[in-house]
Amino acid sequence: MLNFILKRLVQSAIVMLVVALLSFFLFNFVGDPISNMVGQESTTKDMEELRDQLGLNDPFIVQFGRFVVNAVQGDFGISYRLQRPVEDVVAERMPATLELVFVSAIIAILLGVAGGLFTGLKKKHWFSKVILTGSLVGVSLPTFVIGILLIYVFAVKFQILPSFGRGEVVTLDSGWTTGLLTLSGWKAIILPSITLALYQTTLILRIIRSEMLEVMRADFIKFARARGLRQRDINFGHALKNTLIPVITVTGLQIGSLIAFSIITETVFQWPGMGSLFIQAVQFADVPVMSAYLVMVAFFFVMINLIVDLLYFVVDPRLRVEVRG
Amino acid sequence: MQTAKLSKWWAGFYDHDVTWSFLHSPLTMLASLVTLLLVGAAFGAPYLTSYTPFEPGSLSLMDAFLPPAWEAGGSAAHFLGTDGQGRDVLAAIMYGTQISLIVGLFSVLLSVAIGIPLGIIAGYATGSWIDTLIMRVADIQLTIPPILIALMIDGVVRTSMSNELHEEMAIPVLIFSIGIASWPQYARITRSGAMVERRKDYIAAAKLIQTPAWLILLRHIFPNVVGPTLIVATIGVAVAIIIEATLSFLGVGVPPTNPSLGTLIRIGNNFLFSGEWWITFFPAFTLVILVLSVNLIGDWLRDTFNPKLR
Repeated sequence: MLNFILKRLVQSAIVMLVVALLSFFLFNFVGDPISNMVGQESTTKDMEELRDQLGLNDPFIVQFGRFVVNAVQGDFGISYRLQRPVEDVVAERMPATLELVFVSAIIAILLGVAGGLFTGLKKKHWFSKVILTGSLVGVSLPTFVIGILLIYVFAVKFQILPSFGRGEVVTLDSGWTTGLLTLSGWKAIILPSITLALYQTTLILRIIRSEMLEVMRADFIKFARARGLRQRDINFGHALKNTLIPVITVTGLQIGSLIAFSIITETVFQWPGMGSLFIQAVQFADVPVMSAYLVMVAFFFVMINLIVDLLYFVVDPRLRVEVRG
Repeated sequence: MQTAKLSKWWAGFYDHDVTWSFLHSPLTMLASLVTLLLVGAAFGAPYLTSYTPFEPGSLSLMDAFLPPAWEAGGSAAHFLGTDGQGRDVLAAIMYGTQISLIVGLFSVLLSVAIGIPLGIIAGYATGSWIDTLIMRVADIQLTIPPILIALMIDGVVRTSMSNELHEEMAIPVLIFSIGIASWPQYARITRSGAMVERRKDYIAAAKLIQTPAWLILLRHIFPNVVGPTLIVATIGVAVAIIIEATLSFLGVGVPPTNPSLGTLIRIGNNFLFSGEWWITFFPAFTLVILVLSVNLIGDWLRDTFNPKLR
């Protein structure tokens, strides 16, 4: 088990290095950073001096090393557009995105697991058919269309929920801003989190359903029935437990995608998070912000994958034995 | 003679499993009809409508914000109303669908053109370093949603181009970004097919007569594995259309001067609060119907041609 974890850690480190390399290339070779920093009237000599000062004439390896060391310390340079250190801008925006993703993940997991179990266990129930048809439509509806629809119904027609922003925000001692402590904050997060969760809900629902259908045909379920166990114990104690590995894999990946898809939701609802920051960076060719976002998203993905791998050992005792032997 | 041949062909076609399955799936027939209508309207736009929504000179601000014909104040000349610049919404949708379809189709063609060769090579050389390399890269890419990768590529290209150049090149850039972002799934399917084929006797026979490897890949493995990949590619078109629409909606796709469905929804979204719902509703509705129809056709193809796939 320890061996496996170590191997995974090394793999994650390699992935992060590759992403850092990409991000570094982006930073240094796409467009000239110097011409983005200096004014119109500066001479070639000034630019050469600045280049020397910033160390852009150093060998590639030295520059890349410096980039990694800085990135690990959270230093990604200065945003071209905002003229402020990237880490400050990101630190401001991060709580909004993480709260949104957190609430959406909970919605997606609760609804997805409940719906998947129901449609998997009661295949022929009319409500299962309603859920499945709904999930097909859900896959075909692009996230931003769902968002616009919700805004039109709840913010324009009925005017019961706000259509943009985070509502009233409380700043905690640690500098973390949260909207989850005020009523208007909760009202503001309802529409964006539903928008963000819907697609992920359908995917989780579908995987749980197909896994349940598969497991219910297995011999050990028949045997459990033959032993006269209660149906509820079979469903949850035997069937659900054995579907967990693929379910955790898919759910983990989906939570990772939530961070990526939050770009769309944040734009629709003008949510002041990292996603809308990134979109603005792309529109204005603000490379330092783009490369910081790339590294951070990759970091989240790698962390989630690691946690998923570790969860395998928690839910499946067979793995622990096999790896040890 | 000719008619006899034709009627024989027709009988064979009519008796075929696939035809039977198609005629017994009303939903698929409806989806195909809708898709055909949308494709026809999109590419027939210059003949079907006299409006040229993308020539600023032909627009009249007097006609701005007209509601659809059946609402109070609407005019029959603009059936689905007009937007803030006096553009006819119906005509804009027709031209926009055209762009969405072009980007969707060509980006899938690009992913398939990358994915199939890599998949065949990886599958034929299973276990070699080249297989490991291709599949590792694919695995890593698969963990990141294609929409994010397309955004990144689009962002990078945007930084290295001037604004005017990018405006002109927006559609090729989009096709490139979406195409690069979605090749891994095609490589995976092709690879699993190639792994099965390479163990078959006819490949052994081909090797025995010293057919060069590239010829085996091209003439023997390729035709036998391409089918399932193309079926998945149908659904891929729907996904690509969604990605394009999303990027355009976010303002990093097709520019407003020559908008796709996503751009139209983005433009219309600004007027949602002032009550001009039709500017965003009809493009969004068209997009959803188009994607849903293509998805339904893809599902049907998958179930009919390869029930084992799911």
